[in-house]
Amino acid sequence: MKYLAEFRNGEIAQRLAAEIRRMTTRPWAIMEVCGGQTHSIIRNGIDQLLPPEIELIHGPGCPVCVTPLEVIDRALAIAARPDVIFCSFGDMLRVPGSRYDLFRVKSEGGDVRVVYSPLDAVAIARDNPDKQVVFFGIGFETTAPANAMAVVVAKRQGLKNFSMLVSHVLVPPAIEAIMNSPTHRVQAFLAAGHVCSVMGYWQYPPLAEKYHVPIVVAGFEPLDILEGIRRAVRQLEAGAAYVENAYPRAVTLEGNQPAQRMLAEVFEPTDRAWRGIGVIPNSGWRLRDAYREFDAEARFDVADIRAQESPICRSGDVLQGKIKPIECPAFGNPCTPRMPLGATMVSSEGACAAYYNYGRFKLSREP
Amino acid sequence: MPPDFTDWSCPLPLRDYPNVVIGHGGGGKLTAELIQHLFAPAFDDEALRQMGDAAVLAFDGARLALSTDSFVVRPLFFPGGSIGELAVNGTVNDLAMMGARPLYLTAGFIVEEGLPLAQLGAIVARMAAAARAVGVRIVAGDTKVVDKGHGDGVFINTTGIGFIPDGVRVGPDRARPGDCVLVSGSIGDHGMAIMSVREGLEFEATIASDTAPLCDLVAAMLAVAPDAIHALRDPTRGGLAAALNEIAIASRVGIQIDERALPVNPDVQAACDLLGMDPLYVANEGKLVAFVAPEAAEVILARMRAHPLGRRAAMIGRVVEQPAGVVAARTAIGGTRVIPMPLGEQLPRIC
Repeated sequence: MKYLAEFRNGEIAQRLAAEIRRMTTRPWAIMEVCGGQTHSIIRNGIDQLLPPEIELIHGPGCPVCVTPLEVIDRALAIAARPDVIFCSFGDMLRVPGSRYDLFRVKSEGGDVRVVYSPLDAVAIARDNPDKQVVFFGIGFETTAPANAMAVVVAKRQGLKNFSMLVSHVLVPPAIEAIMNSPTHRVQAFLAAGHVCSVMGYWQYPPLAEKYHVPIVVAGFEPLDILEGIRRAVRQLEAGAAYVENAYPRAVTLEGNQPAQRMLAEVFEPTDRAWRGIGVIPNSGWRLRDAYREFDAEARFDVADIRAQESPICRSGDVLQGKIKPIECPAFGNPCTPRMPLGATMVSSEGACAAYYNYGRFKLSREP
Repeated sequence: MPPDFTDWSCPLPLRDYPNVVIGHGGGGKLTAELIQHLFAPAFDDEALRQMGDAAVLAFDGARLALSTDSFVVRPLFFPGGSIGELAVNGTVNDLAMMGARPLYLTAGFIVEEGLPLAQLGAIVARMAAAARAVGVRIVAGDTKVVDKGHGDGVFINTTGIGFIPDGVRVGPDRARPGDCVLVSGSIGDHGMAIMSVREGLEFEATIASDTAPLCDLVAAMLAVAPDAIHALRDPTRGGLAAALNEIAIASRVGIQIDERALPVNPDVQAACDLLGMDPLYVANEGKLVAFVAPEAAEVILARMRAHPLGRRAAMIGRVVEQPAGVVAARTAIGGTRVIPMPLGEQLPRIC
């Protein structure tokens, strides 16, 4: 596909990697914020091309992973109701709540459907007037515009049987929370390219300045990520800290203005709990009063459902880049994609699942 | 009297799923566990334990291959084929993967009340044509009708018998270190064809299913190098990734492939990129992967490419000794990754 294949070129990747090796003089820790980038790094073996001084820290940018346990429990409670058609993106189905997942709800008779767009859920609501149709509205700024659009369309069509379980999270407050954490080790960020294609990157210069940290907007293909790393290393080696856009084919400074206007129309900032991390102030969106009638949490009275995380799972530390997945005592045993303790082991974008599935092994016999 | 389950305990170590979930039919780990822990112990049989695409049965000095497969595809008609061609080609291919020449099929129909007879007639006509095309006779059948809402139009089961010629020794446990890994063409076509019509995804070009009978291609390959073909598999559910993992486990070998050598159609790759899927895990219905002795690899590859169903055949990797049971790939940019066995269904990613 145009704009993809040419960014997977092995020769150019090797050249970029060689240049990164040449310019690196000491250890640097760079966080890729987005789970899609983590996936691409492990899927393509990008970190294997880097010099040993460069450490990639996997950030909290997997929307599936950071959705709080109690929100999942609320989703499960709603999905199990006989009057509900519960619509979700595919990889939320296997995320365990406190006791089970949406696949199990489906196997017990719940009407759980995978959709590719929240507008599909609106269409299902229109076609099934005797059912309540609920869309699981999770994700970062990337998925939010389509979710906002779905609510606007539902309102315009006067649908009384459509609602959304909203658990939106935002990147800039997460970056700020990481930099405010006393134990963080991050020296530069790769900002999530698709989040920036919606929001632009005008929010980042104050962060780069305040924390004196380079922030490079990067895409998802191997060359995009390597170029992002190259620019981050160049800044680090020079002692610089500013915002760069290494993904100009998709991202502009101001971003997608109509999408931002629709987001502001439908959502308002709210404190949001991140799974494994805790509450980050103003790090999420919820429906504004004008659209509150579409809030599934209120419609189904599930706001009181609370949950406890697994005591041995350290997905929170993984999400903040404090430990690598393999440093978690539960990694691989008992925690696997089959029996995930934390969401980072579930989604293909989750750092633990990426390590488990694509994890290195010695090509020769182990001693 | 209703069945009494008080003393029955499920042998499955699937404590997280007390019921069957959709992933148990995905052709990955969940399916394998269901077979290993529930079906295989109950039916305990030597032929079953070989875990081939078809059972190999000695009978009166001859060797027969026997296989059965059920087809539950939605929609019933899709670009490139229908459930009718799938039902014939699927079982024919399972027989061919043991090196067998398919001879006879049975056809069982579970029809949902309300299915237009014209549709059923069209499906059956396509089955007949597909069977004729490979010289297979459909010699027995069964029909059941279930209430509306209890089936997806029609489910079809076919069972096939084939004859394994003398000297042919093909089996999933026969791949050995040094073998070359060949695929007969582009991967992922069938799965993405189904997904794009099922989900109403509109791409610039229509992706067509690759459903095709592979017995003629297999016969051509066996004709040029009968001893050199060690293992064959048609990578259906779970895609090439599942097929490679199955062979790696059954033969106790490692497999290393080069991603750059994988034939993938650009429209399939684009659709996969859009949905966050990996063509290695997408189903095929007219492709095979062969494990062949290295000295015969070039000859076999040339013969495959001369066959209409093998024009884009490619050598994609090698069998190695260690690590046994592991499939690894060299990535396009020169890194390595493990190609794990899929768990259940591949899930489209959120972003």
